[in-house]
Amino acid sequence: MNSLTAALRFILLRREAGIAVMLVLFSLVVSAIEPRFLSLDTLRIVMLAVPLILIAGMGQMMVLLARHVDLSIGSILGFSAIVAGMAFRDLPEMPWWFGFFIATFVGAALGLVNGAVVTLFRLPSIIVTLGTLSLYRGVLFLISDARQVDPQYIPRPLIEMSQTSPIFGIPWIIFIALTIALISYVFLDHTRLGRQIYAIGSNPVAAPLRGISVVPVTLLVFTLSGALAGLAGVLYASRFGYVNPSITGVGFEFTVIAAVVVGGVSINGGVGTVLGTVLGVIFLGAVSVALPILGVSAFWRDAIYGAVIIIALLIDRSVRESGIRSATLEARA
Amino acid sequence: MSDTSIPKSAVQDAAPVRPRWKTILLRPEAMTFVLLILATLGASLLSPFFADIAYILESFTYYSEYAIVGLVLTLVIISGEIDLSGAAMMALSACLFGITYQAGYPISVAILVSLISGVAMGWFNAILVIRFKLPSIIVTIGTLTLFRGIAQVIAGDRSISKFPSWFVGIDYQYVLNLPIPVIVFCVVALALGVILGGTVLGRQIYQIGTSAIAAQHAGIRVNRIKTGLFIGMGVASSVAGLLTASRLASVRYDLASGAELQMVLIVMLGGTYIFGGRGSIIGTFLAAWLLVIIATGMTVANIPINAQLTVLGLLLIISIIATNIIYSRTQR
Amino acid sequence: MPVSDTPVLSARGISKQFGGVEVLSDVDLDLSAGEIHALLGENGAGKSTFAKILSGVHRPTRGTLALNGNPVEVPNPIAAQNLGITLIHQEPISFPDMSVTENLVLGRHDGALLGRVPWAQMERNANELMDMLRVSIDVTKPMRGLSIADQQMVEIARALASDSRLIIMDEPTAPLTPKEVETLFSIARRLRDQGRTIIFISHRLEEVQALCDRATIFRDGHLVETANVADLSDEDIIRLMIGRPLKEMMHRSGAKIGDVALEVRELSLPGKFHDISFTVRHGEIVGLAGLVGAGRTDVARAVFGVAPAASGSIAVKGKTVEIADPSDAIELGLAFVPEDRAVAGIFGTLPVDQNITAAVPGKIAPHGFIRSAIERALAEKSVKDLRIRLAALRQPIGELSGGNQQKSILARWLHTDPDILILDEPTRGIDIGVKAEFYDMIGTLAANGRGVLLISSELPELLYLCDRILVMSEGELTADIAGDEATQESVMRAAVPTKGKHGTGGSPPEHNEVAL
Repeated sequence: MNSLTAALRFILLRREAGIAVMLVLFSLVVSAIEPRFLSLDTLRIVMLAVPLILIAGMGQMMVLLARHVDLSIGSILGFSAIVAGMAFRDLPEMPWWFGFFIATFVGAALGLVNGAVVTLFRLPSIIVTLGTLSLYRGVLFLISDARQVDPQYIPRPLIEMSQTSPIFGIPWIIFIALTIALISYVFLDHTRLGRQIYAIGSNPVAAPLRGISVVPVTLLVFTLSGALAGLAGVLYASRFGYVNPSITGVGFEFTVIAAVVVGGVSINGGVGTVLGTVLGVIFLGAVSVALPILGVSAFWRDAIYGAVIIIALLIDRSVRESGIRSATLEARA
Repeated sequence: MSDTSIPKSAVQDAAPVRPRWKTILLRPEAMTFVLLILATLGASLLSPFFADIAYILESFTYYSEYAIVGLVLTLVIISGEIDLSGAAMMALSACLFGITYQAGYPISVAILVSLISGVAMGWFNAILVIRFKLPSIIVTIGTLTLFRGIAQVIAGDRSISKFPSWFVGIDYQYVLNLPIPVIVFCVVALALGVILGGTVLGRQIYQIGTSAIAAQHAGIRVNRIKTGLFIGMGVASSVAGLLTASRLASVRYDLASGAELQMVLIVMLGGTYIFGGRGSIIGTFLAAWLLVIIATGMTVANIPINAQLTVLGLLLIISIIATNIIYSRTQR
Repeated sequence: MPVSDTPVLSARGISKQFGGVEVLSDVDLDLSAGEIHALLGENGAGKSTFAKILSGVHRPTRGTLALNGNPVEVPNPIAAQNLGITLIHQEPISFPDMSVTENLVLGRHDGALLGRVPWAQMERNANELMDMLRVSIDVTKPMRGLSIADQQMVEIARALASDSRLIIMDEPTAPLTPKEVETLFSIARRLRDQGRTIIFISHRLEEVQALCDRATIFRDGHLVETANVADLSDEDIIRLMIGRPLKEMMHRSGAKIGDVALEVRELSLPGKFHDISFTVRHGEIVGLAGLVGAGRTDVARAVFGVAPAASGSIAVKGKTVEIADPSDAIELGLAFVPEDRAVAGIFGTLPVDQNITAAVPGKIAPHGFIRSAIERALAEKSVKDLRIRLAALRQPIGELSGGNQQKSILARWLHTDPDILILDEPTRGIDIGVKAEFYDMIGTLAANGRGVLLISSELPELLYLCDRILVMSEGELTADIAGDEATQESVMRAAVPTKGKHGTGGSPPEHNEVAL
């Protein structure tokens, strides 16, 4: 094998390459049908569509890397948003930026509960978080008295974060999302703790044999996922200007999981990158923006997300298999 | 140690066996039964309605659809898989039924379309899980999004109604003083209970859930049985979808929205082991009634439907933890 | 060979019990710096248990360990690592998705959890280690893509990175090609010359003779001899390992050999085995020998339909048949006792009787419904006939000892009244006494006119039981030797690959190669 094909193989075998190619192809096809698609405006809409998904996606990605799933993030988002919104409403003298801390803290606490139940009783996280998905949603109805937090209570500066921009006309909320992605990248790729998350997902049996404390790291991962969903909660208030207990965050988990697995994060743990997840989020954002431009009903969105999850699972499986196959072939050569 | 002649000395080398009464009492279904009695007593203190069997039966019709799917889901989970797409299959098959009827076909054709779609969706899940060897727990998260998404595509956000009057209101049709949905539930429970407890197929479902590899080596047709179970899930879901359509007199894409929770909850509350190989239909049967008593009790106590989610979520978590503990104790 | 006075490691009175059975009794052993020390013994003799105690996988029931004269406790593998003791597994435990570099450093706590990972420096160190070992492994590649030999090298590099003074290699050569073995040996010698101590566990005497300075031989949990390898002949070692005249406890079937029961023609499965043809006759015990990865288990699985072959044909009693699934095989009168009993044999949490009747649903449920009286009667008959020791039929089979589990699996198949039995390592992990019972049973099976295909890694077992021995090497059939002409040498010669290259596509669960 010469070095050029080797380099090509290296790039093509990286999962990020696949999703980037898909993104480009998709944009080309859509803009061939409807040239309006390739414009700065579209880019802006896509970028506005994705920050919440991107932020929660970073948390979900860490959970998946550790070979777990968190289905409760939609409820955590709603829960944190409601608590922050009620604080805005009922404590008018509170500084508005305090809402960030409240939401993030509430989210972290709920995530910690998920992690504690999963690790303490060694239960499948998917079923546990299916339970907390409704548990948190129910509690949020109780504490909010099923009442929406109306737009007039959401602090002006918070709403402006989704509209005003510090630079290049890019709103604050996007900078926040990109900052979170950057921090996640540094954390996962350049700290020992980050690498331990990969190790646990890659081989949960071997991890403790190498002195990795699986339980605390798993707790941390769920807590971070909760905290990021909580942060997305307060940004929901910023982006949409209200918080409604029966709308905010409902079904959000499927969107996020779809984005993350499309970005090449493996449900078998240990595989996935921040770059891939970012691309996956942008891809889903592009799809949802393209639908109305193409004149396709928005009702298609969920069906597409579902199909995308299944296709991503199939690709993940075939990549894994071909990886193993090429390894055995190389070993025999 | 090299003794080969006196089998009676054998016992030293094997662990002592738990007495039979203990193994029965330690089954999680026994706990479900006790809870059911406690809940009924508690509820009848709360409101005299609960002393009235007719009231309980009527309440049960609201949950009968989930409970029917839960019965089949019990078998799926015992076989070591899971299917979270039941509620979405209900919605899609019911929407197909509605669309077909609205397009002017006779209702029998519409029902047939709905049942066929149930088979097709179950098969689709089975192919992904068995042919492509994907974990069912995550695949069915994908298919649940997909199926409900397709329901949304074909039905939009309108309600499809105006079904003939004989089709509507099956929950008010009585046979032997029992509403038809309750009868359907009981008949399915009885049939599946007999299959699971008394036939080779049932035995093999337990064996597959205990060790699919050992089952294959013992000549059990693992893939065929699992495929059948997934298809059974699809069919049960479409039947449940039709019952719902009849009860509500309309269908919409968000029919049974979020009901995967109730379905899994009924099965877990009935003491089926989330990792497969253990569980029973009687447990699921009792758990369905237990859930109805609890949910209705909350409604009588004026707890809003949305807030009831708290209790359901909590129950799900507590029941898996409890079942897990019971089994890990008795497994040794 | 530099040998210092204080032993690097001294073990005194090391004993280990598992569930009341003593598998290791009072082992005293001193290891010196700069020696390669072989641990020898049959399967279950205790050598691996001893190695696992040294490396912290097991804790001894009694006895003490001292490193350089200081008493130490080795409660877990991490403690062992910190003490400078590393166990290298035959098939290394790794993090397949992560790079070689990361696999080298993961779990070594030299920095804060949120401290930066010094990628560049780590890679430099990793490359230095690879240079030191004189192997060329791309350290940026994920472990998943590495051959087993390379994975072992990474493990060795890891031992060096933590400056281990005692490196234990547990049957490292079994999955390696001869060339890879040579590389491993030269590295082992170099490490020894640096003053490190290496424990080398192997069944291959020629490797022990070629590599090791001293050898310790285990038998039935006891240390029977420690001596310089130069002073031991192969015959000495075999005598010490076996410690009893083999012929007395073995049975030759002596049955009348009848017509062909099973005929396999040109069976191939790419990557596993190629062009396999053989026959098994009624009343005949045919042995199938070979090294790890030779493809023996794969052939058995193909014949039984667990993982069917890609090409070739199978005939049962003269009729060509299609076997796509084990259920087809069972209908044709085949039975298969798989090698990995815990995974592919028993239903661990289900009662013994349900395990015994698993393959005969028609018998226990004549009209579709299970009749528990019939089921119990069948199971009771098996328990009596095969002398299965248990407390009650409704006891979970997982609670029985390995030998009794295996008897239950055999009982399961006897209820199908098979014409052909394929037994894959039927006596692995079974007490010596119960083994003798199995030899009796296998003999009886053949005497009753059944054909038996016996896969075994224990050569003496094959030599004394079989009417004919087939030998596989690298997925091909290399010999077909009549039972009375077969010797250890002739079987081994056919089993050891000679063409230089060695396929590694065989089934991973085969852990033991031909003994002796």
